[in-house]
Amino acid sequence: MTLYLFLTLAVVSVITALLMVFSKSPVRSVLYLILTFFAIAGQYILLNAQFLAVVHIIVYAGAIMVLFLFVLMMLNLNSDTEPQKSTVWKLTAGIASGLLLVTLVGALRGSIQISTPAEANGRVGLVENLGRVLFTDFVVPFEIAGILFLAAMVGAVLVGKRDLQV
Amino acid sequence: MLESIRQIPIDYYVYLSTLLFVIGILGVLIRRNAIIVLMCVELMLNAVNLLLAAFSTYLATPRARSWCFSSWSWRPPKRRWGLAFW
Repeated sequence: MTLYLFLTLAVVSVITALLMVFSKSPVRSVLYLILTFFAIAGQYILLNAQFLAVVHIIVYAGAIMVLFLFVLMMLNLNSDTEPQKSTVWKLTAGIASGLLLVTLVGALRGSIQISTPAEANGRVGLVENLGRVLFTDFVVPFEIAGILFLAAMVGAVLVGKRDLQV
Repeated sequence: MLESIRQIPIDYYVYLSTLLFVIGILGVLIRRNAIIVLMCVELMLNAVNLLLAAFSTYLATPRARSWCFSSWSWRPPKRRWGLAFW
């Protein structure tokens, strides 16, 4: 049952990702990307990482996708305005990424051996444990991320008020 | 033990993440629209996040999972980029 759920979500995410890459209109690409993100959120829930799933949906399906749709609509990008790359380039890119896939899968095959601890329970993915780790062991990256957020906010205000007299 | 750990080998998650990552690379290579390229980069980041979450669940430690936040934290600069584009 769980395996079938995993396979369904995996197939949905891969197909929508491919559709996103190959669809002509940018707006349709964004919509397919949202579907991909929802499938990945389903994977998180399957992995018992509920907090990650919720944050993932809030971040991507909420904020960024709405903004991207706005940008697309404001810029009025259509399929005929997008410059196309040449067929040779596309073929080369396809072959290159296919080779990368073959290499990665070949390198990873049979090399992953992990042993799940016997005391593994379903409480790892909960906010409590994640928050404790985030505020003790990983507090420096956390604070650096906060500074990055602040800088981005100030920059967004400055960009928004372009005619600001400094 | 968790139901999904018992039924799904971790190899499946590794292969799924690899596939999503390669699709993202393919998109970066063949699309020329800057926004679509950025979305493909997002897809690659998401593949890495999925891998981190899978390993963190299988090893029963929240440490790997907290690294997901570092790949989320570059979204405000990107949002600023979108606003500047607007």
